Amino acid sequence: MTAATAPAAAPPGPVGRVQRSNGRTRAERRLGWTLVAPALVAMVGVTAYPLARAVWLSLYSYRLTDPAGRHFVGLSNYGVVLTDRLWWSDVLTTVAITVVTVAVELVVGFAFASVMHHLVFGRRLVRTAILVPYGIITVVAAFAWRYAFALDTGFVNHVFGLGNFAWFGHRGSALFVISLAEIWKTTPFMSLLLLAGLAQVPRELLEAAEVDGATRTQRLFRVTLPNMRAAIMVALLFRTLDAYRIFDTVFVMTNGAAGTETVSFLAYRQTITRTALGLGSAVSVVLFVSVVLIAILFIKGFGVDLARARGER
Amino acid sequence: MGRVRILKVTGPVLIAVWTLVPLLWLVSLSLKGGDHINDGRFWPTAPTLRNYRTVFRTDLFTSALRNSIGISVIATVLSVVLATLAAYAIARLDFPGKKLILSVALGIAMFPTISLVGPLFDIWRSVGLYDTWPGLVIPYLSFTLPLSIWTLTAFFREIPWEMEQAAQVDGATPWQAFRKVIVPLAAPGVFTAAILTFFFAWNDFVFGISLTSTGRARTVPAALAFFTGASQFEQPTAAIAAAAVVVTIPVVAIVLVFQRRIVAGLTSGAVKG
Repeated sequence: MTAATAPAAAPPGPVGRVQRSNGRTRAERRLGWTLVAPALVAMVGVTAYPLARAVWLSLYSYRLTDPAGRHFVGLSNYGVVLTDRLWWSDVLTTVAITVVTVAVELVVGFAFASVMHHLVFGRRLVRTAILVPYGIITVVAAFAWRYAFALDTGFVNHVFGLGNFAWFGHRGSALFVISLAEIWKTTPFMSLLLLAGLAQVPRELLEAAEVDGATRTQRLFRVTLPNMRAAIMVALLFRTLDAYRIFDTVFVMTNGAAGTETVSFLAYRQTITRTALGLGSAVSVVLFVSVVLIAILFIKGFGVDLARARGER
Repeated sequence: MGRVRILKVTGPVLIAVWTLVPLLWLVSLSLKGGDHINDGRFWPTAPTLRNYRTVFRTDLFTSALRNSIGISVIATVLSVVLATLAAYAIARLDFPGKKLILSVALGIAMFPTISLVGPLFDIWRSVGLYDTWPGLVIPYLSFTLPLSIWTLTAFFREIPWEMEQAAQVDGATPWQAFRKVIVPLAAPGVFTAAILTFFFAWNDFVFGISLTSTGRARTVPAALAFFTGASQFEQPTAAIAAAAVVVTIPVVAIVLVFQRRIVAGLTSGAVKG
C-alpha cells in the first residue's frame, strides 16, 4: 500500500506522496493494533483461557457438588474416557451423522445450486425460500421434525401408512430423523457456497467443451467440478466441522436416548448435568483435539486453500 | 433441451417444497386445538389461535422472548462495532500480524463451543456472570466476531478509498468526506455482518442452556426445550409449536427483506475468487 492510499484516519501530517517517513509507519502500526486489539481480546479471552482451564481441570477428579474432594489424578480421566464403550459408541454415532449428512448435503446442495445458477427469473424468490431453513432456529427445526415423526402428534406414519412405528425407539430410525432435520436445515448454506463456486467456472471452458462434443456428464465431471474444487473443499470443511459438533437436534429429538448420544452431548451431560467437571473436561479436550485433527486433515491432506477461506483472494 | 426446461420448472418447485413443508407443518400444528393435536393429519381441521394466547400468557415464554431480543441485539451491536474497527485496520492499514488475526478468527470459527461450556460454567459461577445477560453476550460476541471480521474485511477491500481524498480535494472536510462518501459505501457490509451475527445469537442453544437457569437470562431456544406446558396434564406440543412460529417470524421477515445481503455475506468470507 502506498502513501497515496494511506488512511485519512491516521494522525494528520504532511502527505508524503513519494516516500513515507518512519514515524508515519510506526503510527500506522500502532493505530492498526489499537483498532484490532478489542476484537482480538474478545475472541481469545473467551476461548484460550477457558480452554486452558479445561485442560487443567481434566487432570483432576472434581465434581462441583463436592469441591473439597478435588484431587489431582493425572491422565486417568483420559484413560476412563478412551476405554469406555459409551465413548466409542458416541464417536461412531457422531461420525455416522457427519458422513451421511455432509455427503447428502453436498449432492442435494449441488443440485439446488445448479437450479439457482440456471434460473433466469424468480431468482429472488427461490433464494428467499432457501434462506429460511438457514435462518430458522435449530431447536425450532428439530421440534418441527420431531412432532412430524412422533407417535402421537405426527403425520408421517399416518400419511405413509406405517402404523405405530416408533421412529425414536430404534437407533437407526432415530438417527435417520436426526440426520434428515440436519440436512434440511444446513443444505441451504452448502448450496449458497456452491452457487458462488459455480459462478466462478469460466463460461468459455464449458462452451469449448460443448463444441468439442463433450456430453453433459463429461462437462460436469471434467470441467465444472474441477474448476470449483476450492469452493467445494471450503464448503466441506465448514460443514464437516459443524456436523461433527451436532448437539441441539439430538437434545430436542431424543435427549441422547436409543443410542443417539453424540460426542458433544456426552461433554454436556458430564459437565453440566452430572457436574463432573474433571471427567467432562477430559471429554471436552478430546473433542477439541479431534476437531483440530479434522481441520488439519482437510487443510494438509486435501489442500484446502485457507487464504481463500479467509477471503484474501 | 426438453429435459433442461422441465428441470427449470420442477427444480424451483422442489426447492420451495423442501423449504416450506416443515414450516407449514409447524404453523398447522400451532393452529390445532385440544384433541385435534393427535389426529395425525397435516392440516388442522378446526384452526384456532388459542395456543398463541396461551404462549403469550406464559411468563416463561415472554421473559425468554425479552431476554432473546435484548441479548441478541446487544451482542450484535458490540460485535459489529469491534469487527468494523478490526476489519478497517486489516483492509486499509499496513501492520505486522494481520494474517495472524485472520487465522485466529478462522480457528475460533471452527472451535467446538461445547468444549468451553464446562469451564465457562465454572468461571461464570465464581465471578457472578452465571444466569445474567452479560454472561451470554460475552460468548456470543467472541463467537460471532470471526464471521463479522471476514465479511467486513472482504467488503472494505472493495471500497474505492481514493474517493475520500478526491472529495477532500474538492473541498469537503475530512468528516464530510467520511460521512458522505465512505459511510454509504461501507454500510451494506456492516449491515450484512449485523444480520449474520443476529442470526447466530438468536439461534444459540448450547450457551443458552448451560449458562442460564432461570427466566432472568434464559433465551427462547433454551426455554422451548424446557417448556412443559401450562399444566401438568396438558401436552406442551401445540404451545411449543405456537412459540416456535412466533420466534420464526422475525427470521422470515429479515430473510424476505435482506436476502441479497445475507447471500453476499455468507459467501464473501468463504468463497471469494
